[in-house]
Order: sequence, then C-alpha cells, then structure tokens
Amino acid sequence: MIEVTAASSTTPADEEAVCQALSSTARPPRPSAVSAALTFGWRGMLKVKHVPEQLLDVTVTPIMFVVMFTYLFGGAVAGSTAEYLNYLLPGILVMSVLFTTIYSGVSLNTDLTKGVVDRFRSLPIPKSAPLIGSLLGDSVRYLIAGVVIVLVGVALGFRPDAGLPGAASALGLVVAFCFGLSWVFTTLGLVLRTPSAVLNGGFMGIFPLTFMSNVFVAPETLPSLLEAFVEVNPISILATASRGLMHGIPVGTEIAISLATAAGLAAIFAPLTVRLYRSRT
Amino acid sequence: MQRDTSLAIEASGLRKSFGDTLAVNGVDLAVETGTVYGVLGPNGAGKTTTIRILATLLRPDAGTARVFGHDVVNEADAVRGIVSLTGQLASVDEDLTGRENLILLARLLGLSRAASRQRAAELLEAFGLADSAGKLVKKYSGGMRRRLDIAASIVVTPRLMFLDEPTTGLDPRSRNQVWDIIRALVAGGATILLCTQYLDEADRLADRIAVIDHGRVIAEGTPATLKASVASGSLHLRLLDPLQRPQAEQLLAAELEGVHLEPDPAALSAPCPSAGRAAQVVTRLTDAGIQVANFSLSQPSLDEVFLALTGHPAEGEPEPAGAPR
Repeated sequence: MIEVTAASSTTPADEEAVCQALSSTARPPRPSAVSAALTFGWRGMLKVKHVPEQLLDVTVTPIMFVVMFTYLFGGAVAGSTAEYLNYLLPGILVMSVLFTTIYSGVSLNTDLTKGVVDRFRSLPIPKSAPLIGSLLGDSVRYLIAGVVIVLVGVALGFRPDAGLPGAASALGLVVAFCFGLSWVFTTLGLVLRTPSAVLNGGFMGIFPLTFMSNVFVAPETLPSLLEAFVEVNPISILATASRGLMHGIPVGTEIAISLATAAGLAAIFAPLTVRLYRSRT
Repeated sequence: MQRDTSLAIEASGLRKSFGDTLAVNGVDLAVETGTVYGVLGPNGAGKTTTIRILATLLRPDAGTARVFGHDVVNEADAVRGIVSLTGQLASVDEDLTGRENLILLARLLGLSRAASRQRAAELLEAFGLADSAGKLVKKYSGGMRRRLDIAASIVVTPRLMFLDEPTTGLDPRSRNQVWDIIRALVAGGATILLCTQYLDEADRLADRIAVIDHGRVIAEGTPATLKASVASGSLHLRLLDPLQRPQAEQLLAAELEGVHLEPDPAALSAPCPSAGRAAQVVTRLTDAGIQVANFSLSQPSLDEVFLALTGHPAEGEPEPAGAPR
C-alpha cells in the first residue's frame, strides 16, 4: 500500500510518539466533585475570555435600562431623576441580573447540541459537576452585570446611604438569589428543544414578574388587587432587600425570605436538572 | 492469536428503540482484549446507538452488556473509569483552544494542574498539533479536529476506546493520518471498538468485523472470511466498440455469473473471484476478437457486501431523531 504523506502546514502525527503517549499515563485518583465543578467553572471563564462579546448582553442591556428608566420615569414618578435613581437602582440591579440568569438555560441548551457533552457524560465524574460548574461560571457573569449597574448608577448620581459595604452586600444577595433561580432556567434549557425557545420562555416568565413588582413604582400607588400581588412577589421582596441593604434600612425579614426562596428553588430544580441531564439522550 | 483471552466487551441481546424506531434490535458482540473490533454498517444501522449503550450514555431497553466484566447499567461508573469515547460529532469543545481542551480533560480525570499542562503538551506534540495548540478548535481543519479528539481520548490511558466513524468527512490524507494513529494505538496495546461505514477502513484496521444492519448483526468474522463470504469483487470492462457488447455479454456470461450491463453502452461488469480469473476472461474475450479498451478489478464494496449478505443495498437511512445526541 502506498501512502502519500504530502507536506503541509500541520506536521503529521509521529507514530512512535503516539505509542509512547498512549502508554505513559496511569490513571490518577478521581477528582473530587468540588474540583470537577471548579474545572467546569474554569471552562466557562475561558469561553468568556475567547468570546468577550458574550459579556455585551450582561453589560449593555443593564446600562440601557438604568439610563432609560431614570430619565424616562424619574420626573413623573418621583419628582426628580436623582431621587428616583436612589429608589430605582437597587431594583434595576435585581432586574438586570435576573434577566442574565435566563442565559444560563440558553447556553446549557446550546451546549447539549455539541459532541463534547457526550465526552463529559462518559467521564467518571459526578453528573452534577458540569451543571454546577457552569452555573458557578455564570455567577461571575451575574456579578459583572451587577457591578456595571452599580457603577453606572453612581456615575449618574446614585448615592447608597450604606456606602460600599451596603452596595456589596446587596450585590452578593442578588447573585446568591440568581444562583438559586438559574436552576429553573437550566431545567427549562433541558426541557425545551431550541435555545430561542428557552430565551422566549424565560422572558415570558421573568418579564411580567419584574414589571409587576416594586422595582419601578411603590406599590401603594397601584390598584389594590395588583398591590396585593406586588407585595408577595418574590422579586419585590428581593428588590426591597436590595434597597434596604444599599440605603441602610433594616430588611432582615426580606433577606431571609429571599435566601429561602432561592434555596427552595434550588432544592426543587437542581435535582430535576441533574435528573434530566442524566437521562437526556 | 495468543492474546489475553478475557473479553473487553461482552454484549448480548441489546435492544433500544426511540419512539417507533427500533434502532438496535438484539445485538450480540464479543470483543477480545487487545484487538480492534470493527462495527460496519450504513447510516442508521444502529452503530452509534450500540456504541452509546456500551459507553453508558444510553440505557438499553433489553439485553446486557459488560465492559471488562462491569455491567454498563449497574456499574456504569466503573465502566466510565476505563473507557473513552470519540463520538461521531467531534467530542471536543470548539470554543476552547486545543491545549485548553486537553488540560480541561486532564483536570477532570484527576491530574494536577502541572501534570495536566505537561500531559497536554506531550499529546499535542505526539499528534502533530503543537503548532496549533493555542488556536480555537473551531478554526481547526476536520483532520486536526479528529486528531485532537483522539488525543483527548487518551489523556489517561483507557482500557477500551470507542471510535465512532473517526474518518467520516475527512480528506484522504487526513484519513491516512488518523489510520496511522489508530495503528499506533493498537501497537501500544489499546482495545478499540471502531464504528465505520467504510469497508476498506474496517478491512485495514480491524481484527474482526461485525456487519450490522437494521439494528442486527448480520455477519461476523475476520475481514478475510467476510470478504470470502461475499466471494468477489467485480470485473469492469469497457469495449472499444459498443456494437460488440452483446457478443461480449454472451462470452462473459459463459465464464462468470451475474453479468451486468452498465449505463455506458460500451461497458459491462460481472462479479469475479480473483485477478487470475479476470485475466483469463479478458484473454478469452480478446481471442474472440472483442477489443477491450480497458478493464479493472474492484474490491467488494460495502454495497456489494450488503447486497451479498442481505439482498438489499446499503442505502443510507437517517438516524432516528434521538440517536445522535
């Protein structure tokens, strides 16, 4: 048999080296679940590094929201933009980061169409590791979105009464809530067929919930039925907690409810996601 | 063949359906350790589904399979610890570089940070990818991607490798490179289950072949016995004068069975068991005054194997919707 090995830009594989490479590595002990999850988090970070454009959706959209709502509604709702910004910004922070969580479901759905998932699933690692890892990576995205919002707010005149520690703790709370919530969207990402269906489904849920909350207006101005809904809307409660932390108003109950809601969502949807991921063919 | 006689894969009665489509319908396999076992069949025959069951990615509806004695359903985790999978879609992350892909897998397999980097460098070098280590995989050519894919499968030496159509869609040169790599892996002692649509690929690489069609193994044996069972390649003849074809057909029919008239009015063909026989037949024709422009003897193709084994050609059928994932 005659084999033509044409010269090319890529050196052909060296048979002896391949042989040696095959025999040279003994199997190390398996990584812990934590280490495997962190490795997947690193994968998420690498993707951001290679495709920085994907940070656009988590930065540009929030900036747009802050600027638009402040100058559009400020005068009408609160009398002045500066005053409205102090009310609005902690809520816009909640809204923007919530919107970002939807992309966790979208990117999981996209990932599933690729061959690399088969390799991950055939590795001796906990089935939940790729999921937890990518959500950890996504949490960094949530954090970036949150920081951008706060910085833009400060540039426009937002002054949190509780200062930097207040803003930081509000940010921490929102990111923690979104880590819990994102399991809902990963479940959606596994149930729905296409990335755009996940995106649409996610927004259909999040959009009305966000607008029927106290993010934009104080509930006292609303019709009583709507007011009742707004009061119990978890997004209102999170926005109140975020506002309280930033302005130094005691909101212990709201913080507790928000964290409990996040834990509850994770307790239901994390196992569901893992189960769906495992049985997905 | 005096090798370790313990079986790497032992499957019996595997069945799997997706909705109404019966993808795998009672597959039995016995693969000896240290050999390359070819699974040959057209698209949609059930090759990928079989590999996915054996690699623990799919649960069979019925039947059992053991990999080095571990049940693929009940001891899936143990199986995952000793196999590696190179899927039909390249099983590498397109959004990362070649080096990052290998480091990622090394870390997931439990190598330390430093060891992972070193292992990645070693593999990139061995597979001729060192120059492109820092390029994103989506910018790799098909051949480079496949090589990276196979490198990723041996980050930690597996006891059994699944290669699902490793050369489909590659140009001949890349195909040769992948074949060289597979031969090197075999020389290094790997046990490989190789799925392919190409008879010559299975013929060159595999110690034994199972021919699979409609979810069933329809023939099994060494490449030599399989080809012998198909009997023959084909003698293709082209005449100088199309008007002589009827005469040539008559003469040929006396010598060989199954003469076939080609669409080209000057061409005809017939199954022919050997080169010697072909030479005899051609001599007979020229002696009779028939002018032969050219003739060739082809190896049996997958189509001919299928035709011989099943009585129907190996037409590609789409994989069932659930299967490729």
